[in-house]
Amino acid sequence: MKKILAYTRTAIALHWLMALLVFVTFPVGVVMHDMALSPDKLRLLSYHKWLGVTVFILVVVRLVWRANHTPAPLLGSIPQWQRVAAQGVHVLLYALLFAIPLSGWLMSSAKGIQTVYLGVLPLPDLLAKDKVLGDALSALHQVLNITLLVLVASHIAAALKHQFVDHDGTLARMLPFLDRSSSK
Amino acid sequence: MKRLIALSMFLPIVAYAVDYSKVQSDQSSIIFVSRQMNVPVEGVFKKFTAHVRINPAKPETATAQIAIELASIDAGSAEANDEVKGKNWFDVAEFPKAEFISSSVKALGAGRYEAFGKMSIKGKTADVHTPFTLKEEKGALSIDGAFSLKRLDFGIGSGLWSDTSVVADEVQIKFHFVVK
Repeated sequence: MKKILAYTRTAIALHWLMALLVFVTFPVGVVMHDMALSPDKLRLLSYHKWLGVTVFILVVVRLVWRANHTPAPLLGSIPQWQRVAAQGVHVLLYALLFAIPLSGWLMSSAKGIQTVYLGVLPLPDLLAKDKVLGDALSALHQVLNITLLVLVASHIAAALKHQFVDHDGTLARMLPFLDRSSSK
Repeated sequence: MKRLIALSMFLPIVAYAVDYSKVQSDQSSIIFVSRQMNVPVEGVFKKFTAHVRINPAKPETATAQIAIELASIDAGSAEANDEVKGKNWFDVAEFPKAEFISSSVKALGAGRYEAFGKMSIKGKTADVHTPFTLKEEKGALSIDGAFSLKRLDFGIGSGLWSDTSVVADEVQIKFHFVVK
């Protein structure tokens, strides 16, 4: 069996850190959105923004890193349409991980509430207060997030299919311990 | 005729010595800045009645009585506006107005003054004082100042909201009055 070409440790670390952040930020956003105004809501709103800013910083780091490093190639057995689909989903995921925090930041500005990272670092307001624009950005933020949810679900479904249906070791590229355990 | 000319020479001085007392509501504002999770959030009281009488030549004699219609608050969103009119905050149904009545004014030098007085909000009265500056321009006098209040002194934001790690106790009030 051909040796699996795994991602580098840096790529793996960035990927899973981002996954963790998204899996916390997203539900916090959903929960706080449905809450009535309360101190807990204001706390969650702030945590959500801080997490979002962290995602934004991390995606910039990832994009810079990715631009300078070619990822390990996919297995030769993977058909062309799947390669194209995977590439497309990855590009869209990067785009959304950039656009979603940005839309949140712009929304905050338009709603007249500055984002203060971790409660200490004020980010500049990129837009002046404008209620109509704030509501439009809020709607955009939601649509982008629903798109992200669908794409992440496809991303995970594809990874699981490779692991449990195709048994082709694709998932081990991002989880190297799977390779070691399967080669025993 | 000679007397008229002689009189008119004194007009500017007379005008200067006259009290300013007509507050121009449309050019005046009362803004507040609260801190939520350490984020400064600006709000405004859109309606208030201000009776100010001030002579820039002797500001120590100035008097001010300001009544704010609390229901005219704009705290940034419809949800926030509904919340802050409620019982935990201003309870505007029970206490529709906040009032400031001046007691004295002190000159601090270099064009700065300090007004002392009593602030009544939500049935509670406290002594407050605020620095302010004066600027005369085109027959109008601008009065600008800012001071801080502790919201919990007045029971504003009680219950769950009394947690000052979310909404800070200190609230800054910034005022700008144009008086003719």
